[in-house]
Amino acid sequence: MEERMMHQVDETVARYGSTDEALVEILRDLSQQAGYLDRPTLAAVAKKLAVPESRVFSVASFYSMISVEPLGKHVIRMCQDAPCHVAGGRKIWETLEQALGIQFGQTTSDGQWTLMPTSCIGLCAVGPVMMIDDEVFGNLTPEKVNEILARYREQDGGAA
Amino acid sequence: MIRSHVLISGDPQSLTRGAEEVRLAIETELHYYGLDDEVQVAFLGHVDRTDVLPLVIVYPEGVRYGPVTPEDGAYIVQEHLYKGRIVEHLQAPPEVLSGPIAHLPGREGAVYAQKRVVLRRAGTIDPDSIEDYIEHDGYFALGKAITEMTPEQVLETVRASGLQGRGGAGFPTGLKWLFVTKTDEKERYIVCNADESEPGTFKDRLILEGDPHAILEGMALAGYAVGAQEGYIYIRGEYAQSCERLERAIHQAEEFGLLGDNIMDSGFSFHIHVHAGAGAYVCGEETALLESMEGKRGIPRIRPPYPTVSGFRNKPTVVNNVETLANVPPIILNGADWYRSIGTKECPGTKVYTILGDVNITGLVETPMGTTLREIIEIYGGGMKGNKQFKCAQTGGASGSIIPPALLDVPMDFRNMAQHGAALGSGALLISSEDTCIVDLAYVLLRFFKFESCGKCVPCRVGTTQMLEALDRLRRGYGTQVDLDRLEEIAEYASQASFCGLGQAAPVPIITGLRYFRKEFEAHARGECPAGVCPMGKHVGPAGEQAHP
Repeated sequence: MEERMMHQVDETVARYGSTDEALVEILRDLSQQAGYLDRPTLAAVAKKLAVPESRVFSVASFYSMISVEPLGKHVIRMCQDAPCHVAGGRKIWETLEQALGIQFGQTTSDGQWTLMPTSCIGLCAVGPVMMIDDEVFGNLTPEKVNEILARYREQDGGAA
Repeated sequence: MIRSHVLISGDPQSLTRGAEEVRLAIETELHYYGLDDEVQVAFLGHVDRTDVLPLVIVYPEGVRYGPVTPEDGAYIVQEHLYKGRIVEHLQAPPEVLSGPIAHLPGREGAVYAQKRVVLRRAGTIDPDSIEDYIEHDGYFALGKAITEMTPEQVLETVRASGLQGRGGAGFPTGLKWLFVTKTDEKERYIVCNADESEPGTFKDRLILEGDPHAILEGMALAGYAVGAQEGYIYIRGEYAQSCERLERAIHQAEEFGLLGDNIMDSGFSFHIHVHAGAGAYVCGEETALLESMEGKRGIPRIRPPYPTVSGFRNKPTVVNNVETLANVPPIILNGADWYRSIGTKECPGTKVYTILGDVNITGLVETPMGTTLREIIEIYGGGMKGNKQFKCAQTGGASGSIIPPALLDVPMDFRNMAQHGAALGSGALLISSEDTCIVDLAYVLLRFFKFESCGKCVPCRVGTTQMLEALDRLRRGYGTQVDLDRLEEIAEYASQASFCGLGQAAPVPIITGLRYFRKEFEAHARGECPAGVCPMGKHVGPAGEQAHP
């Protein structure tokens, strides 16, 4: 486990160069690969770039594409901005919260879903928009949301 | 899903010239190619052009064909709608909007050509092909600049063109470049700000993905003009596709010797690197962007010194928006006078808008500066959805504001809008109908700023929280006049005292909202939501605690 993590850190640092200027990109890539950054990973990056661990943590906790906490198996990012809101975004929020039984910013107890708000993802012409992991869904309606969630649940073998 | 719209002129003159037959031919051919579900065909009324009837317009590209025969119609379907190639020889001669824009009544029902400068290639070339770009005048401006012009002449041309920053602030681009050349430092940088994240704005993404080489060429021209040899594109981490396209484009340009060392044997070298962000709206602020590029938290720096003096790695740096840079090659190629012939006197050129909200057609449009909001809604937006009444428009994000009906006929450019106390912003036009509640809209806009506040300074960090709480009480029906007064007071403080543009702009929806729709705010303080949108009186959790509905 730890070996694999060290290997990923080495690889990512090699890709961007071991200067502190590359810190944001290194952390983003590592976080995307592992889902989130735990303390040992942050410490390994700090050591590798010869910067204080506090600096690494401060950067990691600043950006929304980098997580320092474990997330659910699927991460739903729902656009919370005005264009999506005007297009009926609130109903979608409510539908998501109801369907998953959690509020925004939370992860379901079975670790399947994390619900997060996101800022504009530039797909406003087809709002309301949400992303599940890397996939984008537009022109959402409450019915569509339930269908999409059902599809994911089915793929996961009816686990959640 | 409808992907294209085909509009055919259906006025009496067009009909006598066979517009019906053209429509039939187009529909038959669409059916043959199985495109019925993807392409919508409709008749237009009067098109204000008699020379090229019947006229056929294909959106989203906005290509006009005319006069069109039924055979032509079938061919257009085959080539344009099926294969995606514009039929050059059938295009109607361009009708260019000239001079300051007349007001709408004089041109009712008219469909006007989009004037495309920035987007002229987007959607018509293969963005992954440098050959395609070169075929469409690509890298000609760079060639012209480094073989025939001195750096000073390039800079002077951009200055004379009157080009202003398209990120929202409208700062003269030539002047920014000039500042950099005035420094003694020889290590200089060009940074392209592609951290597009203003809510409702996606123009930069479409430029980056539709015409990536235009940005590279614009940056190389900037580098040549100011004596920089390194360029960085700071792009949103979320724009993964744009990122790949740019990397590919840079690689191609280097292979062709159009970027890299000793370009075209001129002795001028210019390298471009892509730097992807990791999700933070505040990084669109140029000094926060530079911090992020240096591997730090994206927190704004104090200004002055401005980036033109001390920017990336504390060296003089030009930071320009994507759309701004895309304007540079055509300016160098066609000259400052040509550029000044487009748009308004104070703000030459075009503006790319994203049209959103309660209109029939949403999407991207490029029009000359000076086009009015009414024209955008009526002509490009296809009118208000369901024939509802226009209530207000919100222009993009941090640098935008609320535009009331009274400003519908103001020719939009940076200066005119500023004179009317509004702002053009990044070019997003969120059109709202009478069904929209202004308090609810302000709440959503504020929620965004609170979420994205970097936390560095108190007026923004605490101010956005308190304003959001006050708005939340108002929309839940717990608000009183006291909340309204405090809201106004805090808005004033935050806009005056915040450290950077984010905090200064966060209260703008409240300030402009109160200016134009005070009655509606006051109604909320009495527990009424005139539009019937707000969750008045419904207990949805303790006020202020819930950041999201």
